[in-house]
Amino acid sequence: MSIIKDKGTELLNWVDYRLPIVKAFKTHMSEYYAPKNLNFWYFFGVLAMVVFANQLISGIWLTMFYTPTADEAFNSIEYIMRDVDSGWALRYMHEVGASLFFIVVYLHIFRGFLYGSYKGPREMVWVIGMVIYLLMMAEGFFGYVLPFGNMSYWGAKVIISLVGAIPVIGESMQIWVQGDFVIGGATLSRFFAIHVALVPLILVIAVFLHLVALHQVGSNNPEGIDIKAHTDENGIPLDGIPFHPYYTVHDLVPIVIFLMIFAAAVLYFPGGGGYFIEPPNYTPANNLSTPEHIAPAWYYTPFYAMLRAITFDFLGMSAKFLGLIVMGGAIVIVFFLPWLDKSPVKSMRYKGPISKFMLALFVISFLVLGVLGAKPADWAPSWVAPTFTVFYFLYFFAMPFYTKMEKTKTVPERIG
Amino acid sequence: MKRLIIVSILMVLPMFSFASGGSIDLKKSGYDIHNKDSLRKGFDIYMAKCASCHSARFMRFERIAQDLEIDDMESKLPYGTKKLSATIPAAMTAEMGETAFGVAPPDLTLYTNYRSSDWVYTYLVSFYQDSNSKTGFNNHLVPNVAMPWVLAGDQMTKTEGEFRTDMRDLTNFMTYMAEPIRPFREGLLKYVMAFLSVLLVVVWLLNREYWKDIH
Repeated sequence: MSIIKDKGTELLNWVDYRLPIVKAFKTHMSEYYAPKNLNFWYFFGVLAMVVFANQLISGIWLTMFYTPTADEAFNSIEYIMRDVDSGWALRYMHEVGASLFFIVVYLHIFRGFLYGSYKGPREMVWVIGMVIYLLMMAEGFFGYVLPFGNMSYWGAKVIISLVGAIPVIGESMQIWVQGDFVIGGATLSRFFAIHVALVPLILVIAVFLHLVALHQVGSNNPEGIDIKAHTDENGIPLDGIPFHPYYTVHDLVPIVIFLMIFAAAVLYFPGGGGYFIEPPNYTPANNLSTPEHIAPAWYYTPFYAMLRAITFDFLGMSAKFLGLIVMGGAIVIVFFLPWLDKSPVKSMRYKGPISKFMLALFVISFLVLGVLGAKPADWAPSWVAPTFTVFYFLYFFAMPFYTKMEKTKTVPERIG
Repeated sequence: MKRLIIVSILMVLPMFSFASGGSIDLKKSGYDIHNKDSLRKGFDIYMAKCASCHSARFMRFERIAQDLEIDDMESKLPYGTKKLSATIPAAMTAEMGETAFGVAPPDLTLYTNYRSSDWVYTYLVSFYQDSNSKTGFNNHLVPNVAMPWVLAGDQMTKTEGEFRTDMRDLTNFMTYMAEPIRPFREGLLKYVMAFLSVLLVVVWLLNREYWKDIH
């Protein structure tokens, strides 16, 4: 036994001398000190990693059987569903995974809003995280087009036509994006390349940088207390515990619970009640037959509602282009959150009532816009979408003022 | 904070109640994809009534024979189809259909997923005689329907109950056809859950053991 152990240590030392695996493990796992009071809301980061892994693995296998041509794309999906061994499982895991990825990431982002995780010194963690979110939206869009069902086709048509709304250069840009005068084989094959190679590659790098930036400054916690302010003689935070084994073991519980939800969805509700797979996508793309109601996938609907909320031309710009600016602005402004929040405290637990009210209003607005975006434009009175769009932006634009003036509670020195 | 979250959720929930409800009341198809007798009867009706005009271009006879335990599938193959690995063809071409009915009969493989099983069942039982229409018949669900009343003979000669049972079997078969793996995948759930439940207990205890010193 001891010979094997000695040989093992020797090999490890040999590798470690050339590649710092031991040092990396210590920095990021066994000697990375995380606050001991991380709660429920902190599970969604690791869950996002789990779904991301699921997307990569199921996606690689789907790539083996999918055909990115206008004639064969739809057929190849049914081929995967019927003739490929366990192909149905791969496809459902990928498709349900996409929706769960967004659910998990939305909750992960909300955690940031709730406990002020975006505030200094974690600005880079936040900005890189937002880049990940943008990449996910792109990835979701390109992936949605690939099965080339009728909703894929018309969804792509609506979104690509936004490019055409850009003044002057829009129209030629639209054709450049499509690769043809219409959405067809050329569009599919380039979207396929972007979906399986370009975006995932950048996503992996961005996720890596997200973690590097986080481990550089350390995790926030529900109290917003800086655990590095109180350390023992070795410089170890008194309120911190090693990530490994404590949080690696701790995270196994939510991972298993998450897998149960995931399995239930894949095996019992793979269509997500028409929200994960929309019924028109069970017919092949057809440029002569418009679905009664075109809605984007549910995770984009809040932004789609904002796009549609603008119904007037202004200063010579079309309503569509203005809507595009509002929609883009709604995402871009979130990047600036760290610099908009002037509060001396991080966590909502110590902020004042205005902050709490504004966050609640923001969440309600986002959900209401999400429902509106999934419905036909005339489903709700015309004032609803613009009003909640204003509330959405108000959260950010008013933040420097209310966070500066409101009274906050005193944050304790230590995690009790 | 928790209260705020709950209040926000409660305020938004009613918005979803508008999500359901169409303009026509659909009848419940009451399909049961685990009932193989019903599926086999549905398959026979499908081949007799639907397959002359509609294709099911993703559904192989071989798969049906396996899943529904039909031993003499060779004898059920339509004229011109020789291999069990073939998919269900339509007896006529799409162009012929377009000339005859104005629209090409749609492929039916995925139709219950596209419209829902209840829609298909309601459609099938909603044909009626209508002297005001050019064709002499009509459909409550799809007014001025293009599809001929293929089932008129059955609907006239059978009792209401028999006819509805036939249409249930047909809808059931079409639901199976839209996703042949479905009975298997639904059956898998209990095993996956049993495994994960055991795993959950293990990781729960492991977590408790590690965290008992952290206060």
